[in-house]
Amino acid sequence: MRPILMKGHERPLTFLRYNRDGDMLFSCAKDHTPTLWYADNGERHGTFRGHNGAVWCCDVSRDSLTLITGSADQTAKLWDVKTGQQLFSFKFGSPARSVDFSLGDKLAVITTDPFMERTSAIHVKRIAEDPADQVSESVLVLESPNGRKRINRAVWGPLNQTIVSGGEDAVLRIWDAETGKLLKESDAEVGHKNTITSLTKAADDSHFITGSLDKTAKLWDMRTLTLLKTYVSGVPVNAVSMSPLLDHVVLGGGQDASAVTTTDHRAGKFEAKFYDKILQEEIGGVKGHFGPINALAFNPDGKSFSSGGEDGYVRLHHFDSDYFNIRI
Amino acid sequence: MAELDIDTRAAQLGIDWSQVNLDSVKLPPGENFGIESDDEGVYHDDQLEFDTGFGNIIVVDNLPVVPKTKFEKLENVLKKIYSQLGVIKERGLWMPVDPNTGTTLGYCFIEFNTPQEAQNAKEKTHGYKLDKSHIFAVNMFDDFDRLMNVKEEWEAPQTKPYVPGENLQKWLTDEKARDQLVTRSGPDTEVLWNDARQKNTELVHKRSYWTESYVQWSPLGTYLVTLHKQGAAVWGGADTFTRLMRYQHNMVKLVDFSPGEKYLVTYHSQEPSNPRDASKVEIKVFDVRTGRMMRDFKGSADEFSIGGPGGVAGASWPVFRWAGGKDDKYFAKLSKNTISVYETETFGLIDKKSIKVDNVVDICWSPTDSILSLFVPEQGGGNQPAKVALVQIPSKVELRQKNLFSVSDCKMYWQSSGEYLAVKVDRYTKTKKSTYSGFELFRIKERDIPIEVLELDNKNDKIIAFAWEPKGHRFAVIHGDQPRPDVSFYTMKTTQHGGRVTKLGTLKAKQANALFWSPTGKYIILAGLKNFNGQLEFFNVDELETMATTEHFMATDVEWDPTGRYVATAVTSVHEMENGFTIWSFNGKLLYRNLKDHFFQLAWRPRPPSFLSPEKEEEIAKNLKKYSKKYELEDQDVSLLLSEQDREKRKALKEEWEKWVKQWKSLQEEEKLARQNLRDGEISDEEEEEDEAKEVKEVEFEDVIDVTEEVVQE
Repeated sequence: MRPILMKGHERPLTFLRYNRDGDMLFSCAKDHTPTLWYADNGERHGTFRGHNGAVWCCDVSRDSLTLITGSADQTAKLWDVKTGQQLFSFKFGSPARSVDFSLGDKLAVITTDPFMERTSAIHVKRIAEDPADQVSESVLVLESPNGRKRINRAVWGPLNQTIVSGGEDAVLRIWDAETGKLLKESDAEVGHKNTITSLTKAADDSHFITGSLDKTAKLWDMRTLTLLKTYVSGVPVNAVSMSPLLDHVVLGGGQDASAVTTTDHRAGKFEAKFYDKILQEEIGGVKGHFGPINALAFNPDGKSFSSGGEDGYVRLHHFDSDYFNIRI
Repeated sequence: MAELDIDTRAAQLGIDWSQVNLDSVKLPPGENFGIESDDEGVYHDDQLEFDTGFGNIIVVDNLPVVPKTKFEKLENVLKKIYSQLGVIKERGLWMPVDPNTGTTLGYCFIEFNTPQEAQNAKEKTHGYKLDKSHIFAVNMFDDFDRLMNVKEEWEAPQTKPYVPGENLQKWLTDEKARDQLVTRSGPDTEVLWNDARQKNTELVHKRSYWTESYVQWSPLGTYLVTLHKQGAAVWGGADTFTRLMRYQHNMVKLVDFSPGEKYLVTYHSQEPSNPRDASKVEIKVFDVRTGRMMRDFKGSADEFSIGGPGGVAGASWPVFRWAGGKDDKYFAKLSKNTISVYETETFGLIDKKSIKVDNVVDICWSPTDSILSLFVPEQGGGNQPAKVALVQIPSKVELRQKNLFSVSDCKMYWQSSGEYLAVKVDRYTKTKKSTYSGFELFRIKERDIPIEVLELDNKNDKIIAFAWEPKGHRFAVIHGDQPRPDVSFYTMKTTQHGGRVTKLGTLKAKQANALFWSPTGKYIILAGLKNFNGQLEFFNVDELETMATTEHFMATDVEWDPTGRYVATAVTSVHEMENGFTIWSFNGKLLYRNLKDHFFQLAWRPRPPSFLSPEKEEEIAKNLKKYSKKYELEDQDVSLLLSEQDREKRKALKEEWEKWVKQWKSLQEEEKLARQNLRDGEISDEEEEEDEAKEVKEVEFEDVIDVTEEVVQE
């Protein structure tokens, strides 16, 4: 089907997130306003105003009532999805790079960038049921052993017992979410060779996929950090997503944004590439963006996905029926 | 002694330091009381530098023995020879005379101003032929001690027992008749089999940091040469790639083999400290098998550059061009106004003289015969015409010559079996503002070497590329304007016209800027590299039809395998992404891709020419069906096996995955209650979601079926 082009952002996209029901799509971009869209027709529902810097990441609660966003303005904010009002603002001394609600939405993990003297850190915040009771104190702060390298993403492990993080030092780490102890590091031999740009977990928290500038994406077991699969892309991978319905993964990326204007438009390979999750073979690609793809998300029903590019567009693709009959 | 010790000692002896004038303390001469002088070290160093002072003297032996009357004459000859190589000190030439007879003793001493000049003179004149019976033996005076200490008794060198070496041609006996290629990516150099049947490569040998710059096959494929700080090395043998020989040449930059791979030429250039000077160049010629240095050449880059000045960049490579044929008999060097042709028996100039040709700018050997073609541009503002000539070596007889008028530039292209020479001539138009191109075609093998002039249909077309069909009679030209030039094919031989060049056809508006003939002829790839982003057209010249049009996006290199069965196209690291190579069949079918980051180089291992006579080859081509049957069967087996393997591999992968999923499911089940608690008792999403998914799925399928049915009813 023809993709729906969603033009609302004025700067490159950074992150996309569907709610659990799959009817809302939240988008973050380097302009300062996260936007909410209707996930079926791509109409804009509203924006969340209040950030004063690029917004890097967001997450929405299971009941779709609360949104959390992390921004370069050194804050992470909680929003009322219904009204678009800001509920609370966590202040940090450095940009907030990624945010993730825990199972049950009572905790949130927020990562911050290295900035001035500060090193990259992972903060765990308790989210109060009533925003009026919200406090800004962290429950736990984890310092990366390689603090000058940015942590690009941290997410909760199964049953909120662990936190999984990955970033510029190309190492994946599993932390104990209670004590803050470092439990595991990914094997340097089989692990990524360059910055890990993105990390997306499966719906049941059993496994997750990482994308990296080393031009591969890798699939890991979330409990043991065992490498399961490697997908070779040929271009740097900025965004990854897994189909909840079929055994497909989709990778997005492309050449460095700074090199785009100097080469042929086809040189960039700004495709969303589909791979068979098990066989690791490329199935096909969806073209359209004229800049690298920075964000990808599957609708929880697995029948549509959206991609956000450096070009400032969100493209919403509903799959044709052919897609569900792909055999390789 | 530490200062503190001195102070305590002084206090013990009752000496007040402030009262002592140290300078007044004098030691008795010849006695130092064990105190080392501060100056001693310096003095010592001085002594080391002090040498015999004879470093600038050479001894020239094997001079003619002459009586007194001719003494002066000989002295003058020697002065003339050696004053060219350096400044001889005043009264620096001394030729001893036998006091009894008054004749000279056949040697002399020459003292130069500097040791460097002496060294240079020694290198340049050692082995100099004054005449047949007097070949100079030149040595440094300082070396004489060493030479005198040579043992009187001759010791027979021990004969080493013969150890059979590895079969250097082993790769040719591959059962599946595959070809090898070498690739460099990142730090790794890999030699691979191209296993087109399995649609993959098979590793032969891999090594990290094998070479410090690049690798190169020898022309017959026997050796792989690697470059290192200390010199070059060749590798070969069965499948292990053991080191066969090393060639010492510090900081070697470039290497070149003679066509019969008997000799290896290595090149090193040193950038000058003063940018106005030319680079220093050192070239060595080695015997490949023994590793012995046969000759070396030193000089400034200007001496070794062809055409333009060498300058800082160094000489243009290859400096030495080898004559065709397998015997590696001659090699030639072009320098200002001269062509120096060396022969490999003595590694000296032919007839001890180089060929003087005023203003010669380009030379080119025939690939099979010892014929040299050379080009001299116009001189005297067009008063003297430009000239292309063919010279036979070693007789230096000019076989054929053609004068050309108002020429701006010439390029010479030999056909691979030396039958034809095409000279692309760029001429000025009358206004001298622009140029147009034409060809002069020489038929070398025919009597008197007839020359034919060929002009393109549209004379003003720019010629972008030219290529002879290997071993054939045809050639292809890309001409016209970018971005969509035309490609034309010509033949030197047709059934109707024996001796006339005829056009076979022109393809209009092709996106191509490079031509790659199959090594067996007949097929050609019209490639659009660089600006054309890697367009490839596989073309059959016999039928004049396109077999396939494809693209290897951003391809930088195209190379046929030596048998003409496969083609490799590569994207090297000049581009950032999609580095790696792709293998195609001769007719443009994509066989497989191989992605490798930081891909630098790809080279097929050349094969030596076939031992089959042309008649035999023709016979095989005729009865191809008979021979091919066996291979077709094999192919079938392989493809069956392959699909079998593939299926099994997939099955294994699927099973492995199922195992993971099962494990996850059971864990999920175990954690169900805990999850529910974390969600404040909200039902665990598992069943909920599963139900949902099922429902949605069913609805979806119903929908689809409904629609199709309606269509049928209508």
